[in-house]
Amino acid sequence: MQACELTITEASSLLENGSLSAVELTKSCLNRISLLDSSLHAFITIDEEGALQQAEASDARRKKGLHSKLNGIPFSIKDLLATKGMRTTCGSKILQNFIPPYNATVIELLQSQGAVILGKTTMDEFAMGSTSETCAFGIPKNPWKKGYVAGGSSGGSAVSVAACEALASLGSDTGGSIRQPASLCGVVGMKPSYGRVSRFGLTAYASSLDQIGPFCRSVEDCALVTQAISGYDEKDSTSVKRVVPEYSKSLVEGLSGVTVGIPKEYFSDAIDKDVSRIVQEGVAVLKDRGAKIIDVSLPHTPYCVAVYYIIAPSEASSNLARYDGVHFGYRSKDCQNLLEMYRKTRSDGFGSEVKRRILIGTYALSSGYYDAYYKKASQVRTLIVEDFKKAFEKCDVIASPVTPTAAWPLGKNVEDPLAVYLTDILTLSANLAGIPGVSVPGGFTQEGLPVGIQLQAAHFCEQKLFHVGFNLEKGLALQKRSLDV
Amino acid sequence: MKISRTEVEKTAILARLHLSEEELQQITGQLDSILQYIEKLNEIDTSTVLPTTHVLAIHNALREDTERSSLDLSEVLRNAPEHDGSLFKVPKII
Repeated sequence: MQACELTITEASSLLENGSLSAVELTKSCLNRISLLDSSLHAFITIDEEGALQQAEASDARRKKGLHSKLNGIPFSIKDLLATKGMRTTCGSKILQNFIPPYNATVIELLQSQGAVILGKTTMDEFAMGSTSETCAFGIPKNPWKKGYVAGGSSGGSAVSVAACEALASLGSDTGGSIRQPASLCGVVGMKPSYGRVSRFGLTAYASSLDQIGPFCRSVEDCALVTQAISGYDEKDSTSVKRVVPEYSKSLVEGLSGVTVGIPKEYFSDAIDKDVSRIVQEGVAVLKDRGAKIIDVSLPHTPYCVAVYYIIAPSEASSNLARYDGVHFGYRSKDCQNLLEMYRKTRSDGFGSEVKRRILIGTYALSSGYYDAYYKKASQVRTLIVEDFKKAFEKCDVIASPVTPTAAWPLGKNVEDPLAVYLTDILTLSANLAGIPGVSVPGGFTQEGLPVGIQLQAAHFCEQKLFHVGFNLEKGLALQKRSLDV
Repeated sequence: MKISRTEVEKTAILARLHLSEEELQQITGQLDSILQYIEKLNEIDTSTVLPTTHVLAIHNALREDTERSSLDLSEVLRNAPEHDGSLFKVPKII
């Protein structure tokens, strides 16, 4: 076994007892990247020199007494989190040369605990997509089956962790962009509650929905990284002043006293047979470990795609107005006046999915249409929030599939955006309600593709997800399989 | 049709985008099917439902107006497409 294949928990104990150094561990990841990334395309930017310098500093800090479990752990970072001095493109031509003059708060938090940043990962342009195929700088590939999508929008982050190029990654989730690629790539991926993690330095897509979260190879690692990035930040006025529980205390075996709800609306005919079987097997494991299983109802689930594809593009149309070729980023040449410069810059700089969402949002917010679209969607959003409130009066955690199917072939549906939007149906509600959700590996399809199981909990109840997720992982005890790389 | 080609053209101007003939045609069709799908929301009576603008009861986050250091000017201007001294440069407006 190579060092890059370790979990954070395993690596940190070896780093602590001196049998592994941060430099050795980082080199192991960099070797893996140089071996695999030309075919996997998990990375847009690889900072080999910077990573080794950080690793040396981590080793030195450990000698001086920094014993954080993240000290010396190599991370990859989705390319929409600001990294000071390291190019941050958001997967878009419009930011192809953008070098942030500051760090996102989550980056500051990771680095203060000694984590090593290896580089920045491929993603759908401005996080708009479900397959990472809209990335302007390479498309990440599913490491389990050649020619298959990695999922998205944080596809590169999921691939880098699944293929052991990094021990963990940070991504962002606006409608499933962490949980879905985690499911499709067979790793643990969590979207924390809205307000739990500072979003300062996260490039805004849809501000009432966006959240930063980790990708890891175990639930224990996921709890560790979530702990490290959680908490109030005065630089993000939507982060919440609230004590963060000690998540490691939730990692206990046995589920007596825990009620798991199964929402019937998440098990429609559209769910693939293998996916359905894997989720049922997972639920059986939870029952076996003492959980009480009950039926719950989230009746407005069929409307979440329509709600999301009004609210998210509306917010995006406003957030992306800043890319105008004036202060930073790409500017088209030879423009005679300001209006022409704006229009040409944005048309040349943005890809088609981003343009489509800006247009939907601009239209939905325009005079005469606001009530019919944005207001209507915001009202139905209230009903979705209430569905979850009622369900969580009866259960601690909701278990379901993450996506209707496992990964699909690259290039499918690229001409039919609505068909892709509909695959997000099981993940969007958590963002609309602001609640936490996690995808935990549940098994493999007949074709050998991984399938995750989604667990959702009430606002600020991440600890319940770690408790149930930990038991799911232990109970399933999935055998290690070889990647198709 | 939920949305016409003319409406898409008008929206593109509002969004400061310029669409080629081909894009205009393709996007009009795609937007139309998306907006038709969104019609689904009208199945629900929301006459007595308040809209959600924020999932948390967060109010304005205020702080004391104290002097703080700001970003280094050269760092900030490094990303500008064009600048002149300490100013951002843009094409002629008037």
